[in-house]
Amino acid sequence: MKPPPFAYHAPTSVAAALELLAELGDDGKVLAGGQSLIPLLNMRLAAPAHLVDINRIDELVGIEVGDDAVTVGAGVRHAALERDEAAAQAAPLLRQALRLVAHPAIRNRGTVCGSIAHADPAGELTAVLALLGGTVRVARHGGDSHDIAAADFFVAPLESSLRPADLVTSVRFPRPPIGAGSAFVEFARRHGDYALCGIGATVALADDGSVATARVGAISIHPTPLVVDCGAALVGRPPDDERALTAAAELVDEASSPEPDLHATVLYRRQLTRVLTARAIAAAGAHARRRRRGTTHPTQEGIDG
Amino acid sequence: MAETLEQVTLRVNGTTRQLRVPARRLLSDALRHDLRLTGTHVGCEHGVCGCCTVLLDGDPVRSCLMFAVSAEGHELTTVEGLTPRDGDELHPIQRSFQECHGLQCGFCTPGFIMSIAGLLADNPDPDEDEIVEGISGNLCRCTGYRNIIRAVQRAAELLRAAESEAPGADDPSPHGAATTTSVSVPYAPSGADDHDATGDEGSAR
Amino acid sequence: MTTQMFGEAIVRREDPRLLRGDGHYLDDLGHDAYAVAFARSPHAHARVTQIDVADALDVDGLIAIYTYDDLPARLAEPLPLLIPHPALTAPRTGHALAPAVVHHVGEPVVMVVASDRYIAEDVVDRIVVTYEPLPAVVGVERAASGQRVVHDGMDDNVAAHLLQEVGDVDAALATAPHRLDLRFEIERSASMPMEGRGVLARWDPDDPRLRVYTSTQTTTSVRAAIAAAFDLADVHVEVIAPDVGGGFGVKIMHPWPEELLVPWAAMTLGHEVKWVEDRREHFISSSHERGQIHDVTVGYDDDGRILALDVRFLHDNGAYTPYGIIVPIITSTQLPGPYKLPNYRVEFTSLYTNTVIVTPYRGAGRPQAVFAMERTIDAIARDLGADRTQVRAANFVQPDEFPYDVGLVFQDGRPTIYDSGDFQASLRKLTALIGWGAFAQQKEQAQADGRMLGIGLACYVEGTGVGPYEGAHVHVETSGRVMVSTGLTTQGQGHETAFAQIVATELGVPIEDVAVTTGDTRRFGYAVGTFASRAAVMSGNAIALAARAVNAKARTVAARALEANPDDMEIIDGVVRVKGSPAEGIPLNQVAVLSNPLRYSFSEAAQAATQFAVPADDDQPPVRDGEEPGLEGRAYYSPPRSTFANGMHAAVVEVDPQSGNVAVLDYAVVHDCGNLVNPRIVEGQIHGGVAQGIGGALYERMAYDEHGQLLNASFMDFLMPYASEVPTVRIDHLETPSPLNPLGVKGAGEAGVIPGAATIAAAIEDATGVPISRMPLSPDELFRLLRSNGTAPLAPLGALGTSIPEPDDQHGGNA
Repeated sequence: MKPPPFAYHAPTSVAAALELLAELGDDGKVLAGGQSLIPLLNMRLAAPAHLVDINRIDELVGIEVGDDAVTVGAGVRHAALERDEAAAQAAPLLRQALRLVAHPAIRNRGTVCGSIAHADPAGELTAVLALLGGTVRVARHGGDSHDIAAADFFVAPLESSLRPADLVTSVRFPRPPIGAGSAFVEFARRHGDYALCGIGATVALADDGSVATARVGAISIHPTPLVVDCGAALVGRPPDDERALTAAAELVDEASSPEPDLHATVLYRRQLTRVLTARAIAAAGAHARRRRRGTTHPTQEGIDG
Repeated sequence: MAETLEQVTLRVNGTTRQLRVPARRLLSDALRHDLRLTGTHVGCEHGVCGCCTVLLDGDPVRSCLMFAVSAEGHELTTVEGLTPRDGDELHPIQRSFQECHGLQCGFCTPGFIMSIAGLLADNPDPDEDEIVEGISGNLCRCTGYRNIIRAVQRAAELLRAAESEAPGADDPSPHGAATTTSVSVPYAPSGADDHDATGDEGSAR
Repeated sequence: MTTQMFGEAIVRREDPRLLRGDGHYLDDLGHDAYAVAFARSPHAHARVTQIDVADALDVDGLIAIYTYDDLPARLAEPLPLLIPHPALTAPRTGHALAPAVVHHVGEPVVMVVASDRYIAEDVVDRIVVTYEPLPAVVGVERAASGQRVVHDGMDDNVAAHLLQEVGDVDAALATAPHRLDLRFEIERSASMPMEGRGVLARWDPDDPRLRVYTSTQTTTSVRAAIAAAFDLADVHVEVIAPDVGGGFGVKIMHPWPEELLVPWAAMTLGHEVKWVEDRREHFISSSHERGQIHDVTVGYDDDGRILALDVRFLHDNGAYTPYGIIVPIITSTQLPGPYKLPNYRVEFTSLYTNTVIVTPYRGAGRPQAVFAMERTIDAIARDLGADRTQVRAANFVQPDEFPYDVGLVFQDGRPTIYDSGDFQASLRKLTALIGWGAFAQQKEQAQADGRMLGIGLACYVEGTGVGPYEGAHVHVETSGRVMVSTGLTTQGQGHETAFAQIVATELGVPIEDVAVTTGDTRRFGYAVGTFASRAAVMSGNAIALAARAVNAKARTVAARALEANPDDMEIIDGVVRVKGSPAEGIPLNQVAVLSNPLRYSFSEAAQAATQFAVPADDDQPPVRDGEEPGLEGRAYYSPPRSTFANGMHAAVVEVDPQSGNVAVLDYAVVHDCGNLVNPRIVEGQIHGGVAQGIGGALYERMAYDEHGQLLNASFMDFLMPYASEVPTVRIDHLETPSPLNPLGVKGAGEAGVIPGAATIAAAIEDATGVPISRMPLSPDELFRLLRSNGTAPLAPLGALGTSIPEPDDQHGGNA
């Protein structure tokens, strides 16, 4: 299991990278953290002629926590974002989901933007981006950077709307409203494996403690990250109302189109969808309650599946 | 159609090493076969087993999921870097593995040790769940893991004891400096001094 | 300092080397060797019609490409049938490189030698092999149907058929008050050591000698195979197992194609050649085990006493049978476990399929046997409404019935006779350890809190320490170093420590002075190998006997120098001295000097043994009749038959009916392997075995599709447990020494894995009330089982699940 030969490029600026990518066209492939790409190369399931290593581009390394969003540069590792207190305060869902991404050693090298560009329907961060209504910033030689909304970015399993020569320079995760709660729960065969089903949820509460908004972002049950607005089932109800949760779970199940694989049948994925949706919304509701009371430090957040 | 070779400068265990390798040379192969640091093992080459774990600027990473050429400019630590090579001294993590019978065939062991070195640098007093999370990316087929978990607990004790005894060892940013300086203060290999000079790589993040 | 080391839980002496990264595993050697890669069959069954290498020839760094047609005559023959058996009527073995037809995905077809492995894989990518696919036979039941045939020239897929019977099963079944018909299935798994296989060969034409390093469990047998294949003298072939990164059975299989091809390439090319298996190769080109389907008929009385047991099972042996039918024979003979079966009939059919070969994986047929037996006992208990421990106790062989003859022929061709044990005592320990008596209340309490708990147990008897023999050499050098060698190999069992403990104890020397070498034909040329939990029994006893011989010789030599009686001498802390007068003694290193009469001195100490220094008895030759120079001893241990260890496991699990997830909350083991050489090492073996048992119960399977493609040939999809999946294990020992060997030991290596699947199945069954008859069991499968049984809530909450689609709706749209 050794990778096939390729020509290696390690530009040190975004401009140089873009120029290279433009030159290489279909033959060029971006190497970021490499935690998805290099296994494919080692197994010779991919054989790009050129690799453009963006790990030496300092301007891509940065986490910016603004008033309305957390912006993560293409050089930022999962672990760096996971450890970032300001980001965790601003959007707790980030840390809640990042903890479920593979194993620590993978998170130390893998990048946030790389995970998103990879567009794996089992990738936790794709659902987080979609759920928070985030955008992907794409640069291209000879053109201005533009933002692609998550909904338009993920096209099919392992397929995004990126074109050859495009470079993702950052992703932007909008902050949920103050006081909103979130949770990410998933079920994997082994801890750290790709989830058979994973559900992220955000819940905002009204002054009376009932649900004001409830949205779910799901992985592994749809060709792309699936976002479902569960407001119809939950608005005006307490976030742990069993009937409301049941209805919400049904909404997500109906919206999904799971495929069978080695580890899970469609029936089972549907079961997990329902179970985890209910658990995620209930947990996000509880999280919202705690945040309203201001009793919990965000580092203590996180729900295991 | 000979392959183009890249000139690569690696900092490994506090020493600068030069090599000429193809760009596709995996870091694991470069360490093992070009630098003859065979303590780093290779168990799957698709990033699942953790046998090839080394520290990159103090953080555990899979050396089979990195190209040697990408490691230039970073500080690498392999199992050989935990203790001086000229004696038979054991690092506290290694000692605790022996005490707790945390290894059998020993093939996965260096990968575990490096994962644990990273874990304990980050979190000197992990609880059992944190230990399991810290080693959850390393496969072992011999031990059933429980003795490894005990070994981590024991190593944490030993390291905390050493830390409290060692003067000036209160590194304020355990994650910033290269781990040989923060994990293994009393055990740093020779050459660790100039190592400090470049050890700020990680804190830039 | 004490030299009484036998039985002490000392830390391992090999650890510092391995911990510092200073071990030498196969791929840590031969950095300048040429590298090998193979073009392997992508088809499960196909005819090779053409091999086109034209596009590969200009790859820079290519050294050689070999196909079947390039092989010398001896290498072109089928690989050896290692263990023939009269019932194996249609044996088939593979070839070093496949000739016309391939029989499983992964079979080697073309061998490439290149300057490094990267280049070798580039070459493989450019070789075009044209195949004409043939229909594949996958799954043991399809193989049994015989509609398609794996091997040309056969009418069906039956490799072997064997029936053994004790008593009269038909008669006893006819009159039994109760009777059950049951079916139990276990799927394929594999040894899956962290280090794969690997071979490094060096040929020295100047001093004609072939040195082969291989990651094997048997160096002497690999040497025999290589010597035979290349018509070399045994002494010109050296085979060495370096540090081996785990074996678990797969590395007892030999000679692998690569173990012959790599040495051949090294000799042909006049250059070091190395092949290091990658993980994908290990999945599709080494071996698997476990796949069996068992049909059981049992007759019993009102107390649950088994009157007759009739077992028929199908064994999937994969594409070839190089290792014979050892696995199904072990299943057949170990199935009775600790129970008296007055009437027992077992019949198996071993079948070819177009899948990877089957050879023993730790436990070797016993996990299947125990699954069938223990699930049967649980079914009896359920049928009678009796406690599961009581039904077991009613059937146990009693302590005063040893030696107990089961009446079957074991895997070593010898009778299956249990030598010792106390099953009732073991059961008492186990029920106390797991809290069997109090569990019912715990379960009820949990139920009230909405949690689903269950408890289960399983018992086994394990034939260990099979023959024919092992040997050992113990040599006290004039430096005082005690050099010990034995021919069998080590893959992590701590032999450097355990064997040194035996020598320290038997010879009376500090353990620091003892150095142990295993698996090196240069040091010890007669051996069998490491398998069947036999190292401590076989080599342990051989080493003890050799050390005793050296002890006697040292006393004789020292007594002569001190003009004392050897019987009055003892060795304490490395000094041979007269009993009762500790001042009078000679250190062992000096005895070593004296034991070897010298003409030429080589050191100051050695002068004592030269011809003018020694007070001579002119009537005696310097080397006395019947003696040999040197303080060394060689001994062999060859037992009349195997020694039988036993044990019992119990587990408490929690089932999440919503997700089908099984959490193992508690796991208890009672283990009896006779006297313990080193309890720390034995417990480590049990821990590791239990983890593999959990893997076999809940995670690991080989997912073949109907075309014979292995769909999960990676660590991403073959789910070996991580730390997060393995429970804490609590262990209690019972030590009933074996009367069969000098040390009173029994094997311990495989025990931990054997009852895993049966134990977990029993606990899940207890938790859910749903019969569990096949393993492994995924959360998905358990959920669907519960659902079809009406046990699982159809949905997580309230009415949520009413619209969940039926199980057959695999692709189905919206609910």
